[in-house]
Amino acid sequence: MTTKDKYKKVAYYPGCALEGTGHSYNRSTKAVGKKLGLDLVEVKNWNCCGAMEVKNIDPKIQTYLSSRVMSTAANEMDMDVVMAPCNGCYHNLKKAEYDLKNDEESAEVVDRLSKKAGHKTYEAGQVETIHALDWIKDSIGEEGLAARVKNSLSGIKVANYYGCMYTRPRHIFPEKDQGPGSESTSKPHFMDDLLAAAGAENVDFPLKTACCGGAHTLSDSDTSTKLVLNILKAAKLSGADVIATECPTCHSGLEMHQIRAEKTLGEKVDIKILYFTQLLGMALGLSPRKVGVHENINDSIAFLKEKGLG
Amino acid sequence: MRSLAELEAVFDSPLPTPDIQAAAENLLKASEEVLEHWVTARGEVPTTDTREGFRLLALHRQGAKGDPSFNACRETSREIAYHFNLVTLEPEHSDITDRLYMMALVSKHLYLFVSGKLEVAGLGEFCCAAKPIRSAMDNDSTTREEA
Repeated sequence: MTTKDKYKKVAYYPGCALEGTGHSYNRSTKAVGKKLGLDLVEVKNWNCCGAMEVKNIDPKIQTYLSSRVMSTAANEMDMDVVMAPCNGCYHNLKKAEYDLKNDEESAEVVDRLSKKAGHKTYEAGQVETIHALDWIKDSIGEEGLAARVKNSLSGIKVANYYGCMYTRPRHIFPEKDQGPGSESTSKPHFMDDLLAAAGAENVDFPLKTACCGGAHTLSDSDTSTKLVLNILKAAKLSGADVIATECPTCHSGLEMHQIRAEKTLGEKVDIKILYFTQLLGMALGLSPRKVGVHENINDSIAFLKEKGLG
Repeated sequence: MRSLAELEAVFDSPLPTPDIQAAAENLLKASEEVLEHWVTARGEVPTTDTREGFRLLALHRQGAKGDPSFNACRETSREIAYHFNLVTLEPEHSDITDRLYMMALVSKHLYLFVSGKLEVAGLGEFCCAAKPIRSAMDNDSTTREEA
């Protein structure tokens, strides 16, 4: 089976953020999948991936939690591929996969906890974890996407912001940096490629993989605000109208600290923030509401109307 | 080596337009000092070597040895070097002021990232900093070992 066919039906792991602050990412991912004829089957009774909090207390518990999601997909749903649109979930599942393959102690802990919890132990290699970007890029591709575009994104200048966890650390993403067609860990481009296929003009954005301060957002809000402000200013200076995101933590951080920067630092940066799935959805002919633009904090309705997408 | 507060002031101060080349040199030097702080905090002597022509990149490499999470600012360091080259190799370019301003923003990002990490040592395998939890654990004699 080709990758293209394999990705047509995948286990969908939305993760906690997509049921809360990232709901519009959830909505737009599902809507785009439906529009493209791609089948998402939500992982049954999924749990937290271990995110940041669990990992900081006990990394092996994080490995177990992520392995349980993969075990459910593989052993209870008979799925080969798990698609996680959240960078944190994607990163943690990939890290768990790596640890289970390379660290005996992690495998022992996961086996012990899985038995205790009463489900089959996940074995490394049972599923392939992919991001929403891989899912669309490798199942539909730029040509396929361009052929389906109804409302071109032409005239919209986009700074593609990938955040820190989509490509790092390199060793947990063995499929990346494999030459033409593969994703790059130093200069990621899948989001750029997809949005360009939909007609957008991507700008050269030097902070595309820089830290958004997401992990500090509650414990050190001032640093997070300054990091976000820097990203917003750099995107604006790059000539962008919109920052496209593919991570719910980055997205909500950008939105909330954009407001906080204005309130606490008196610095207003007028730039729109949209999930890449929202932009793709509108390019495919879906309404802003259908892709959850109204659920974003950053108000881009007037801008989208002006660009013929509203 | 200037203090972190002094360095922040460098990144925040208005850029002197008459001598853009000197301003780029100043930003590069200040960025090197940011990494010197990190290396020094790890108990090492900051390298004077260069990598790909930049001491900044050699310092980043030194700072990341044994601490993969520090690679989260690898591309930021490389972007500073890239923008330095843009400014100094094409001094007559019509976008020279914007290029310098972008270099300042990228340099400030390096400063914010590194100074944040300096506040609490060992922010986890990746830079997911649950600071209160980490701080509490650091004060506890039964602190768990990092994975």
